[in-house]
Amino acid sequence: MTGGPILTEFLQIMLLLGAAPLFIGWVRTLKCWAQSRDTAGVFQPYRDLARLFTKDVVLAENASWIFRFTPYLVFGTAILAGGIVPMLSTDLPLGLSADVIVLVGLFAISRFFTALAGMDIGTAFGGMGSSREMMVASLAEPAMLMAIFTVSLADKSTSLSHIAEVAFSSQALLKPSLAFAFLAFVLITLAETGRIPVDNPSTHLELTMLHEAMILEYSGRHLALIEWAGMMKLFLFMALGSALFFPWGIDKSGDLSGILLAGGLLTIKLGVAGVVLVLIETGLAKMRLFRLTEFLGSAFLMATLGMLSFFILE
Amino acid sequence: MDIETVASLSSFLAALVLLTAFAMLVQKRIYSLIHLFAWQGLLLSANTAVVGYVAAKHHLYISSLLTLSLKVVLLPYILHVLIHRLKIRKEIETIVNVPMTMLIGLALVIFSYHLTAPVRELSSLVTRSTLAVALATVLIGLLMMITRKHAVTQIIGFLAMENGLFFAATSATYGMPLVVELGVALDILIAAFIFGIFFFHINTAFDSLDVEKMAKLKEVD
Repeated sequence: MTGGPILTEFLQIMLLLGAAPLFIGWVRTLKCWAQSRDTAGVFQPYRDLARLFTKDVVLAENASWIFRFTPYLVFGTAILAGGIVPMLSTDLPLGLSADVIVLVGLFAISRFFTALAGMDIGTAFGGMGSSREMMVASLAEPAMLMAIFTVSLADKSTSLSHIAEVAFSSQALLKPSLAFAFLAFVLITLAETGRIPVDNPSTHLELTMLHEAMILEYSGRHLALIEWAGMMKLFLFMALGSALFFPWGIDKSGDLSGILLAGGLLTIKLGVAGVVLVLIETGLAKMRLFRLTEFLGSAFLMATLGMLSFFILE
Repeated sequence: MDIETVASLSSFLAALVLLTAFAMLVQKRIYSLIHLFAWQGLLLSANTAVVGYVAAKHHLYISSLLTLSLKVVLLPYILHVLIHRLKIRKEIETIVNVPMTMLIGLALVIFSYHLTAPVRELSSLVTRSTLAVALATVLIGLLMMITRKHAVTQIIGFLAMENGLFFAATSATYGMPLVVELGVALDILIAAFIFGIFFFHINTAFDSLDVEKMAKLKEVD
């Protein structure tokens, strides 16, 4: 039985919407185990989202359209990104029209609007969060693009579907350029998704917030959409890492058994990625803000070294 | 193992050597710096053994063992003892602007790539592409000596430079003759002892190993 590419696309977006809270729940559960605390269960993020959706939205009097529009835009770009990254299959209609540079652009748009919304209300914390987020972005995005260019050079395309297919079929295991790009990608993922050495996702102290400070004024369904989009972003980065560096099992033809196999392998890969993420997060403390330049500078260094070693050694 | 696999293994080790060189460039803690130096020695020794296998030159196994015993065990041990005896408590050192140092390091890698490009065209050895990495390691060691202010870290930079030279010899010509390598190894060992003695003298004269303090030698300001 074969399903059309449109159906695969649809399945993939459904998977993203449905499994992103589960992945966050898995990471939080693991973290609780690592710190020997009681867990709230892997399904707690679903309950959180459901609770937020039933609550009323509280808007500031001087909130402009940007503030109301941003949650929908952030949510929409996350879904669109889910149509580009090959998670189950490389045979995606959207994957043909948008490559990995578009993907970086999508993340940049949603970040730009979140930063605007943070400043829109005019509270001190919102502006502070926006300025910090933009500082991190200005350092993380060049490194991200550099890491992606390295992978594109090695696989000779910027289309994610094509990269996944080439990387799957090539036999070389010890590629220094890809190893460097992977290290850079791990550092960037931590920065972009606001995980521990860069930002603490569970902090309640406004002064130390980066991402959270920007969305402090949101409530109700707006907050639910932004939180959900944040979970999807983490999920997407993990899926992107899997497509770029470990594309085993991602289906090419679009038939049902292949997609099921890809889904199973993706579950295993995400499970392992969650463990690694928790190991990193429990092993490290949050960095001082001004040491982030060193952290993201080393991500840029790794990515550039990857590109150089492609020319020098391969 | 076929020759292709071994060559790619050698490139991978070269990339790791470059990574340790960069890590040493920005590492602020002295003990971690010594551990990184030992790791670099270990990678170098593994690479020498791999090259020895590719080229079927058996004296490279001996120089690999020599590297292992000298640069992974003996020199880090001497440095450890030195730091312990000198009672260097403040082991965190300020480096001038880490991101800038990294960018200069990257520029050095590109520079050495261009510098070794003609050699790569002429050479027919399997390891010819790692020559650029070796030269970059030498230059980064030099950069480390320039950007650091502590005498012990400057010496580690010097030893890292020597690592790069050894690496260059292995990748450019499949290693120097054994007699030369034995001589160099002995030189390094003697140098480490002499450095140790000098450190004690500097420490008693200036009460510090910060080389900036030596400006006090000037008679007039």
